[in-house]
Order: sequence, then structure tokens, then C-alpha cells
Amino acid sequence: MERIPILKMGRYLLVTIQVDMHDRLALALQDDLTTRIVDASAKAVLIDISALEIVDSFIGRMIANIAAMSSVLDAETVVVGMRPAVAITLVELGLPLKGVRTALNVEHGMALLKARLLMHDEEDDDHPAR
Amino acid sequence: MTTGAGNVLGEVLKADQAVILQQWIEAQTTTASMRSELLSRGELHEQSRRFLTALVAAVNEGGVDASGPPYAAIRQQLEEMSFERARLGYTPVETAMFVFSLKQPVFARLRDRYLSDPAGLVDRTWETTVLLDTLGLFTTDVFQRAREKIIARQQEEMLELSTPVIALWKGILALPLIGTLDSARTQVVMESLLQRIVDTGAPLAIIDITGVPTVDTLTAQHLLKTVAAARLMGADCIISGIRPQIAQTIVHLGVELSDVVTKASLADALAVALKRSGLAVLPVRDGARANPSRHAPSASQPVED
Repeated sequence: MERIPILKMGRYLLVTIQVDMHDRLALALQDDLTTRIVDASAKAVLIDISALEIVDSFIGRMIANIAAMSSVLDAETVVVGMRPAVAITLVELGLPLKGVRTALNVEHGMALLKARLLMHDEEDDDHPAR
Repeated sequence: MTTGAGNVLGEVLKADQAVILQQWIEAQTTTASMRSELLSRGELHEQSRRFLTALVAAVNEGGVDASGPPYAAIRQQLEEMSFERARLGYTPVETAMFVFSLKQPVFARLRDRYLSDPAGLVDRTWETTVLLDTLGLFTTDVFQRAREKIIARQQEEMLELSTPVIALWKGILALPLIGTLDSARTQVVMESLLQRIVDTGAPLAIIDITGVPTVDTLTAQHLLKTVAAARLMGADCIISGIRPQIAQTIVHLGVELSDVVTKASLADALAVALKRSGLAVLPVRDGARANPSRHAPSASQPVED
């Protein structure tokens, strides 16, 4: 079965969606990604959807769910490169994806994740006793 | 029979063309619908002469059926005239009166000819009335279409004029909104803003609503949608230019704007945007001010965090 590759790079996991998402593919990604986060003890996940041209309410919700699940597993998540048409569609569908962090492109997304990880590390340093 | 009747009318028109033309022009210039400031006497004379000549030819050739092919030239002429008058600012009534005022002189000629035949007079009068009414209403129809065309074009122009996306600084876009925000305009505004965000890779956009006269729940809804869509793409929006009355309206309406950064003026919004980009505007040192050309472009420079 077709799968979306998940690349590990240090503490980061990179997911680039290069094909049009269908429902089963999204469910498989949800499974794979959560498993990989735990296995690799990843601290940050970047999901690139710049090639995604068509979304429906299900895929929209899947994006939100995947981001929320990563957060639960203590991995900072950022969704990058959403196309204008996709953004408008999601807003019109009433899915503003409130809990999802977003960035314009991979570069901005990586900068954001780096900053977040740095903040986490500092927080951990502040409380060494815990 | 129609052709026969048309021929009688055609004969009358042809025989007395000069008299009818003179009386017609007289009638037009004396009524209130004559707009001498818009159309000179000479032009009116020329228009009337051309119309009457074409009408005589058409009636003699094709009777009194105004939809037939012999009337193509007349319709063409009326169309041009109505378009021109719509553009000049005539009213539809004034435009239609051009044709209707021809009735009186023609009826007078018919009366002279049918002095001893009232039935014939009524028949001819009726045919003439139908013919001229059709042509008169045709001018109104064309006039209306001309007006609608003008309005549609102006609406298009307004839509284009009123949605420019400006780059204020590297990575900072501004969208000054002017005029009422309806659904159609919001769509254009949203699309052009999002497209520019993609094109320029700017992570900050300022939506300035100084020029929006009123904000109702629908307008606020549209604004929030634009902000939400931009956020999904990874760009932050600041709404600026909120006037005191609009701030009051927004709160009274219960519109939830707490998720969005709002500022009173575009200057405040720009200051926030610069700060978020790690930039600051600093006063120029005295020495540099003496030679502004050297330092002017670098008024804004990165500051260390």
C-alpha cells in the first residue's frame, strides 16, 4: 500500500505530502507518525503540505488531529506551505485548525521549531531538580 | 394590406419630408426635453435629418413592421444615439421623446391628406403610432442597457482599484481596505492577500480598515475569515485603523476579536510588525543627518535580541 515517507533528521521528523491525500492514506499517516514519534523520541515534527491541492472536511480534520496527537506526544508540530485555495476552503468549511501551528514555508517552519525547542531546553535547564 | 398602408405613410413622409423635418425639429427644441447644453442645434438637426431619411426609406421599402430587415439601419442609428445620450447624462424620457415628438408633425400631414376619410385617418394614425412607439421603446431599451453596461464597468473598476496589496517592508505586507466589504469583495481581497503572501513569503500582514465606513457582523465575519486563512498559511495578521465608533460597534455587536492583534492606527501596527521582525526604527545621528543621502536607506536596522 502507498505510504507517505517520514524522514528523521536529528530530533526532527519531516513529513512531506507530495501526493493528493485520500482518506486511507491520511489514516495510515496518522498511525505511522505517532509510532515514529515514540520510536525516535522526536521532539519536533514538520509537515509540509505545499503540494496538497485539494482538501475536504475529513482531510482538514485529519491534519488537525495529527498535529494534536504529536503535541500530546510532546513533539512541537508545525504545518507549512498551505496553499491559499486550501486555506480559504478550510476556513469556509469552518475548520480554522485553531490548535495547529503554521508557517509559510519549510525554512520558516524549521526556524519556528528551533526556537520552540530552544525555549523548551531552557525551561528544562531552569528546573534541573524536577 | 400592411405594405399598402405603409406605402401611403411612405408617400406622405416622402412628399412632405422637408416640412415634417422642420416642424419636428421645432417641436424638439421647444419642449423641456431639449438639452441645449448637451447637444447643439446643429447636431440635433443632423440627427433628425438622418433619422427621417432612413425612416422614409424603410417605410417605403418594408412597410410599418419595425422589426423587419429594412429597419436595420434605423435601429443601428437609434442604438448609437441612445448610447451617446446615456453617456451624456440624458434621462430615458428625454431620449425616447426624440422619436415620440415626430408623431405630431406626421399626424398633421395625415390629417391634411385624409380630410374626407376619418376611417382611413384613424387607420393610418394607428399604424404610425405603433411604428413610432416601437422605435421609441427601442431607444429606452438600448438606453437601459447602455446604463447597465456603464454601471457594470464602474463596479469592476472599483473592485480592482480598491484591493491593492502593498509591501511596507521586507516581510511586511499592508492591505488598505476602502469602502464597504461585501462577500464578493472579501473574496477578491482574501485571494489577492493570500496570493501575495505566497509570492513574497511575508510572514506579517497588516489589514487597515481606516477606509471602511461601517463594520457590521458580516463585515467582521469576513475580516476574521481572512485572518484565519492567512494564519493557516503561516502568516500573522494585524488589523489596524479601527476608529472609535467602530470599536464601539464591534463590542456592542459582540464580535470576538480577541484572537487577532488590533491596533488603532497603521503606524502602531507597523511598529508592532517591525518589532516582531526584529527591526527597530532609530533616530538618525546628528552627523548622519547632515548627509542624508548616505544613511537614508538604512533607517531600519536589525537589533540584537
